[in-house]
Amino acid sequence: MRLHEYQSKSLFSKYGIPIPKGRIASSATEAKQISEELGGKVVIKSQVLVGGRGKAGGIRLAKTNKEAEDYATEILGMEVKGIPVRKVLVDEAVSISKEIYLSIANDRNSQKPILMASSAGGVDIEETALKTPDKIIKRTIDPLIGLRDYQLRDIAISIDLDRKYWKSFSEIISALWRLYVDTDATIVEINPLVITADEKLIALDAKVVLDDNAMFRHSDLAEMRDIDEEAPAEVEGRKFGVVFIKLDGNIGCLVNGAGLAMATMDIIKLLGGTPANFLDIGGGASSEKVAAAFRIILTDPNVKAILINVFGGITRCDEVAKGILGAMKLIKPKIPVIVRLVGTNRDEGMKMLEGTNLITADSLYSAAKIAIEQTREAGK
Amino acid sequence: MSILANQDTRLIVQGITGNEGLFHAEQMLLYKTNIVAGVTPGKGGGWVLNGKVPIFDTVQTAVDATGANASVIFVPAKYTADAIYEAVDADIPLVVCITEGTPVQDMMRVKQYLRSRKTRLIGPNCPGILSPGESKIGIIPGNIAIQGNIGLVSRSGTLTYEVLYALQQKKLGVSTCVGIGGDPVKGLGFIEVLELFEADPLTDSVILIGEIGGNEEEYAADYIARKMTKPVVAFIAGISAPPGRRMGHAGAIIEGTSGNAENKIKKLESVGVKIAHYPEQIPDLIRN
Repeated sequence: MRLHEYQSKSLFSKYGIPIPKGRIASSATEAKQISEELGGKVVIKSQVLVGGRGKAGGIRLAKTNKEAEDYATEILGMEVKGIPVRKVLVDEAVSISKEIYLSIANDRNSQKPILMASSAGGVDIEETALKTPDKIIKRTIDPLIGLRDYQLRDIAISIDLDRKYWKSFSEIISALWRLYVDTDATIVEINPLVITADEKLIALDAKVVLDDNAMFRHSDLAEMRDIDEEAPAEVEGRKFGVVFIKLDGNIGCLVNGAGLAMATMDIIKLLGGTPANFLDIGGGASSEKVAAAFRIILTDPNVKAILINVFGGITRCDEVAKGILGAMKLIKPKIPVIVRLVGTNRDEGMKMLEGTNLITADSLYSAAKIAIEQTREAGK
Repeated sequence: MSILANQDTRLIVQGITGNEGLFHAEQMLLYKTNIVAGVTPGKGGGWVLNGKVPIFDTVQTAVDATGANASVIFVPAKYTADAIYEAVDADIPLVVCITEGTPVQDMMRVKQYLRSRKTRLIGPNCPGILSPGESKIGIIPGNIAIQGNIGLVSRSGTLTYEVLYALQQKKLGVSTCVGIGGDPVKGLGFIEVLELFEADPLTDSVILIGEIGGNEEEYAADYIARKMTKPVVAFIAGISAPPGRRMGHAGAIIEGTSGNAENKIKKLESVGVKIAHYPEQIPDLIRN
């Protein structure tokens, strides 16, 4: 779960990481008012959960209150990568003498948290990572012990930080580490962490991504989720523990397990069809959950056939059959539904589907073939 | 012959009184797995499954009373880390964690703890281990595999069953099937399991099932090139996945150009691994 910049900054502030003065605004009038409070030189920053805001024109520097109002009007009326801007952050403008990159993230390779820092912070950090990776220093952290003091010094030295900043820099890293651990973050990032003209360290931007799996122990953070920026069908799916991602094809897929769901999409594509979605009903799916998954797929008008591919492990085939039949009764789809069930309680499951208008298939290959033929029929 | 799980496996089930724990304990018993105990805090002294399996309050008391040498975990995600620590501290040599949805930072701490211990962890978020005809630890349906000489290692769950089933349809048998799980931080990885198969005298060939995300398949390819003498067939799921989208597994995120299916396939092919384009193609590739 990604947090907005303003939400991330409020966490920073709570942990003692210095941030610019500023507030969130949802109208131009409000933005102007905040600009007046801050002295008229402000940065107006769109709050959307996608990268590249600056390059899309979603971040503007205003030199007067009037400009602040105008830019806020402009930005609040725009879309960044298809997402309408609903809020802007109005921060006091800061004069920058140096930009530092700093982050802590989960690292798959070492299976440990990794701290990354660079004296070449700013918008081009990804290019730096590609072209001059030596400019980004990386240090893994023992998750049981945490950051050691010597590591803090080592990081400061490695990015050639002037000694007079070591203390405040170390405090910021320590605070970032505590924030990362306390919130079960997968990424905490400050880019840039700037040294101002008056020699202070301030986090000009803030990015926090939280681990969805850990939300059970962070109900306060879970409330920060911005569902306005998510596709309604994906939000609906989550309510039932269904992972749904819309794609552009015409064969709806209902599968249990992420790997099998991908393999199902892959074979549809291999045989010349196009999958309409990724959908994983997860483990231990109840009939209610399967029925909900069915409804979610059918909200897409492009879908010309549905392929249900379920292999029973934890999710038993009879449970799935019950879910399919329940959903069929509720929705009465006008498009063909192809079902393939195998595994735990397969025979019971398939028997329940006998005598209905469902098309059954024995193999994944033939199920995908039938689904593609059915969509071609529909296209005639 | 098999790796990790066999007829000498003496298994305890952590979380045996939960719905999933009980259902699968029964399935494992039907498969003739030697389940010696269950553990549920607060329910010690009771019995489940028609008096066949005694319940203990703690893993240590269960181990002391039964000499268990393996544990399978079905507890809810919020208790996963604690359940693994408890099994590790009781010096159980093999721990298999089925539970999905464990916080990643919990697993990083567990993983670090395991580095100083001898316990082998499989999972979490995995289907477990099946040595056909010998033992089953986890949730892989026992009726879809027959005994044989093919080793199978997979990051996926249900996709693994798909492959087992396809093998069975062609009368091809399996020595052991190991589902290592799809989480970004986990116990044994591809390389450790490949090492075990390479050393197992009755495994003749190996099937590797990977998916998008991370670089584990690429590292496995390096290992295969350097150390494997046995033939390997692979299937990598997610070639049709749009870049950068999360596909349900916390790990299945394409990071830049690394982690995508094409790169993994290319790397594996370059070291002589035969690549299947869909699961049901695997039997023909492994036979030839």
